[in-house]
Amino acid sequence: MPELKPGSRFASDVCTTEVIVVKGAGEADLRCGGAPMASAGTASGGGTPSPDAAGGTLMGKRYVDADETIEVLCTKPGDGSLGLGDALLEPKEAKPLPASD
Amino acid sequence: MMLLEMAAAGFGDRIAVGSLDGGLTFQQLFDRAGASADRFRAAGADAVAMADVSSAALPISLFGAAWADLPFVPLNYRLTDDELATLAGRIAPAIAVVDPSAIGRLSGLDGVSVVDRDALLADLADLVDATVPAPEWDMVGEGTAILLFTSGTTGEPKAAVLRHRHLVSYVLGSVEFMGAGEEEAALVSVPPYHVAGMAAILSNVYAGRRIVQLPAFDAAAWVDLVRTEGVTSAMVVPTMLSRIVEHLEAEIVDGETVGLPTLRSLSYGGGKMPRPTIERALELLPDTAFVNAYGLTETSSTVALLGPEDHREALASDDESVRARLGSAGRPLPTIEVSIRDEDGTEVPTGGPGEIWVRGEQVSGEYRGMAPRLTPDGWFPTHDGGWMDDAGFLHVSGRIDDVIVKGGQNVSPGEIEAVLVAHPGVSDAAAIGLPDTQWGERIVAAVVRSGEPTADADQFAVELQEAVRAELRSNRTPDHVTFVDALPYNDTGKLLRRVLRADLAHLGDGSTP
Repeated sequence: MPELKPGSRFASDVCTTEVIVVKGAGEADLRCGGAPMASAGTASGGGTPSPDAAGGTLMGKRYVDADETIEVLCTKPGDGSLGLGDALLEPKEAKPLPASD
Repeated sequence: MMLLEMAAAGFGDRIAVGSLDGGLTFQQLFDRAGASADRFRAAGADAVAMADVSSAALPISLFGAAWADLPFVPLNYRLTDDELATLAGRIAPAIAVVDPSAIGRLSGLDGVSVVDRDALLADLADLVDATVPAPEWDMVGEGTAILLFTSGTTGEPKAAVLRHRHLVSYVLGSVEFMGAGEEEAALVSVPPYHVAGMAAILSNVYAGRRIVQLPAFDAAAWVDLVRTEGVTSAMVVPTMLSRIVEHLEAEIVDGETVGLPTLRSLSYGGGKMPRPTIERALELLPDTAFVNAYGLTETSSTVALLGPEDHREALASDDESVRARLGSAGRPLPTIEVSIRDEDGTEVPTGGPGEIWVRGEQVSGEYRGMAPRLTPDGWFPTHDGGWMDDAGFLHVSGRIDDVIVKGGQNVSPGEIEAVLVAHPGVSDAAAIGLPDTQWGERIVAAVVRSGEPTADADQFAVELQEAVRAELRSNRTPDHVTFVDALPYNDTGKLLRRVLRADLAHLGDGSTP
């Protein structure tokens, strides 16, 4: 299983999704499209997302597990859904703030 | 750097900086940042400094420095030659991007190589196709992204350290990726060496909002740019807003005015905003959403916001406690905790005054070469005094160091100043403490009168003293009111109390009129 730490990047094996870890450390079964994610640059590619993990990812969205132990930021979108083990990650709902800069 | 890479990938064809016609796209900004990174690395520097007004070279160099894993150090070009040279010496070996007219100011210094901004821009435009290096940079975020020298109002300037992780936390926590529509444009008129100038670049790049730069603030030029560039949002410091308000008022003919119809959002911060100014601005710009942002260099900019609805609600309210929110910094960001502490660091009950402490991932509280000011559990004591009201609005009363201690009582200059500027005959005011054998300090108010003074000065002074006495407790009444033509501000709108105290030193002990 891959070792997570903030700043590490992972790529999907079954779609174009790429993420960067914002929160979380240690070994984790990070998946995309049902398949384990690989460190960015080492993904073999090919294959398709499994039907129950094919909701797609959105660029710039942050995804968290139910307990918010890990958080990843989508840096490249794709067709697969992110997951931790069999559970899918949910997009983190951010309350929009007015522009202050 | 990751932020810009995402922007280039997500909306590379949008204009990132400049006019719709002729500006740089996000992809071009990304490529030039890469080419500049090569240039900075080749210089063998440990830091990339900039002594210049805003231009396209600013975002390029900011991201280029990050690409090369070097800290970006915007220097205050308004400092004297000696002060500027001293700061540059503290970050040597460095490569400094400078205004073409100011090359000489940093030339010949040990360990500082100087690059003409216009020459750099021209070189990068020629080079980019061939030489964009592999996108490799610090992803962990521990590296220093920006070193910002504080204004040093109380001694040697300190170099605040903002690491990539602080800035990325701030941007991810407060800005939605590509949250801006393609037609949106942000006008940046704060200088690069102000934390708001840095935050403006990062936030707007990540939001996909075009940046329009005004190198030297001038109210007429600012208003003109809003109209010609179709600016939709802007950030100003209080002194800028009061000049913009004056300018807009002068444009009114027979009660009619063009106004600023494209401006959807106007954010202000960086100092005390006189309530009359903000109330007038709300009236002049009825369709603009106002945002008050409170933050410090050491907290990667904004930590609390007073939003548009808060403004309108406060303005419309008859309840003074609701109306008083107009003078507040609003509520903390969802990613930020705020605590009001007494001198021992113990939290005070809601409503009580104390020092503002903040905690969050964007909070650095670190200075180069000094022990971090963060407590072991991550709190940053801001040195700002304030209180939190029942509804969770944070009120900032000013720097704790500015507190006047009269007869053992702490008196906040902010509350006296608020009463004074609310008087129709006053356009600006400051309260300071000056030495007094009997009381320790006496309260002296320096007041700028508005319009043509109608009342006799002595009589008006008494009137103002009475106004403060009626509003606050009598121990807050100025012992002396003096009239001045203008108060001393630095160019980012901070009142220079030290200068004022020196100017008015004769009103201290032994020279009471």
